[in-house]
Amino acid sequence: MNAIYDFVSGPLCWIAFIVFIGGSAWRLYSMYNEAKKKDVNSLAYMDKHYALRSILNWLIPFRALGWKENPGMTVATFLFHICLILTPLFLLGHIVLLEQNLGISYPALPDGLADFMTIIVIAACVYFYWRRKSQPDVKFLTTRKDWFALCVAFLPFFTGFLAYHGIGGDKFMTILHILAGELMLVAIPFTRLSHMIFGLFSRAYMGSEFGGIRRVQDW
Amino acid sequence: MKFDRKVEDAGLMRGVAALTPDKIEKTIKAVLDGETGAKLKMYAETCVRCGMCSQACHFYVSHDNDPTYSPAGKVHQTMSRILETKGRLDPEEIYKIAQIAYTECNLCKRCVHYCPLGIDTGYIMLVVRRICYKLGVVPQYIHDTTNSHSATYNQMWIKDDEWVDSLQWQEDEARDEFPDLRIPVDKEGAEIMYSVIAPEPKFRTHLIYQAAAIMHQAGVDWTMPSSPGWDNSDLAMFSGDNEIMGRNKRRHFECAMDLKAKRIVMGECGHAFRSIYDMGNRWLGWKMYPIEVVHAVEFYWELISSGKIKIKEKIKEPVTIQDPCNIIRGRGLYEASRKVAAALCENIVEMTPNGVHNYCCAAGGGIINCGPPFKNTRTTGNRAKADQIKATGVKLCIVPCHNCHGGLEDINHYYKLGIEMKFFGDLIYQLMEKPEA
Ligand code: SF4
Ligand code: SF4
Ligand code: SF4
Repeated sequence: MNAIYDFVSGPLCWIAFIVFIGGSAWRLYSMYNEAKKKDVNSLAYMDKHYALRSILNWLIPFRALGWKENPGMTVATFLFHICLILTPLFLLGHIVLLEQNLGISYPALPDGLADFMTIIVIAACVYFYWRRKSQPDVKFLTTRKDWFALCVAFLPFFTGFLAYHGIGGDKFMTILHILAGELMLVAIPFTRLSHMIFGLFSRAYMGSEFGGIRRVQDW
Repeated sequence: MKFDRKVEDAGLMRGVAALTPDKIEKTIKAVLDGETGAKLKMYAETCVRCGMCSQACHFYVSHDNDPTYSPAGKVHQTMSRILETKGRLDPEEIYKIAQIAYTECNLCKRCVHYCPLGIDTGYIMLVVRRICYKLGVVPQYIHDTTNSHSATYNQMWIKDDEWVDSLQWQEDEARDEFPDLRIPVDKEGAEIMYSVIAPEPKFRTHLIYQAAAIMHQAGVDWTMPSSPGWDNSDLAMFSGDNEIMGRNKRRHFECAMDLKAKRIVMGECGHAFRSIYDMGNRWLGWKMYPIEVVHAVEFYWELISSGKIKIKEKIKEPVTIQDPCNIIRGRGLYEASRKVAAALCENIVEMTPNGVHNYCCAAGGGIINCGPPFKNTRTTGNRAKADQIKATGVKLCIVPCHNCHGGLEDINHYYKLGIEMKFFGDLIYQLMEKPEA
């Protein structure tokens, strides 16, 4: 068990981060190159001001028409994304690991709060699951890729929650949790989760087109 | 899944009859490799299938939230199929794909306001249409229109002499009312070249009459070209025939440049306006139009605000306004349209939603040009618009777009709304001071 733990928390972790960062950079770079070759006119319309304007307006809950008309989804998706990003970054356990291995340290979230945020992520996943199963328009759109992405996002938090509460064997659950986290990192550049890298750019383009060509807001 | 709403169309049927899976695969590959790139890939990959855009689409709302009509649902049945099979599809599925792309999406881009990731369903549908066009699977009527553009540079098979005849005829008619009125043809160096869409000389000639009356009354230095390029419409851009689209637009701009006009004013049309700021220019490699172009709505505001046109008296009965997507969501003319409306009417009742969030009329994006076989698609597909108009309780509606007129006319009839529709030009002509007349 200890050997496995050392492996997943050591070399495998390095590999996961390399794949995540390298993969994301490579995907962005190759997309950009392809855009330079094939989407010249769209690149020409890119406009920093309008791109930023669009991104900022979409970051405010209930501001865009789409948010207003999907209130349940708005609450769920904002909470989900905020907790999904902040919890792992500011979890005391993670920061301690960072300090031991890289000597980097910064303030952490109180454990109780982090636990609560983890529960929010899990609850949001359950909501997304329910939506995909029961709302006809979402059900119609759902493919295996979407189920996979949902699982990949759900697992690290679920296993983290169990490990923190000592359910299912401390070491064992921790190993599962690390594996799930690594799976998520590796999956980001190559699955639906890539909206994390590309979403900003598609939004930025739409903002530029609506602001610059169409002279209107896009929210 | 079974496609239970197949509409028989001669063009689509003839098109798929000539296809084999091999041909389909080859053509699709050529379009995807040659004409699409990161943008399409990014949209296809980034869409998280959340369904937040469903409510955006009048087709979805009007069909009691039928998932197959949601924006992403339509992409799911068309572009996603094309990508996941790498183009290996059978002809029957191409029929379905063509029907969805040509007749169940107006390319109105309302859904952009709903998608957090900024996915442009209108763009995706245009690429699907481009593929269908390359496959020779195009609804008969719009294909014929494109052929007309190709043969005559106008969408209605109007011959060059018929065009000039129509202008002279309207000039003649108008001189009864305004003895000095002229429709100056091919005048070099005029301030303004006025261009219209071909249905005006074909069946809405009174609009040319009215435009001439307004220009005359305002003392505008204007001209209309006698040569091809006078028609600013462009249905090729909706049929997927980008080559003809580009040729059309180049001719339109060159026409104005040949005449050394300072700028172009376009009549009250939505899609023609889109073709000059968004699509035709882009295909030709111009970031924006090479000569200034102004839409009638903006132009009217210039005339009214500068006092060149004076309004005798305003309409008193309540009036509502259709916001055509191609000039409002497409080019920010909301303010201008409201200023003109306020100058003409005392009581404006807004539709909800309106402005940049307005619902399309379901005629746009070339659907009305797909002709009678798809009339029901447009009427049953836009109960949302009928409800919107009904809720205003108003009987007079200003509609500053030709296609919207056609579309709303059918909706008006189908849902028995009993509304009357007017262009801004109709009202200005009716309400302006005409000292000579
Ligand atoms: S019709 Fe308009 S709202 Fe509906 S899918 Fe097409 S672009 Fe989007
Ligand atoms: S297009 Fe946008 S709103 Fe619609 S399902 Fe995809 S990500 Fe969601
Ligand atoms: S016809 Fe009118 S409402 Fe419909 S797409 Fe064109 S401009 Fe938009």
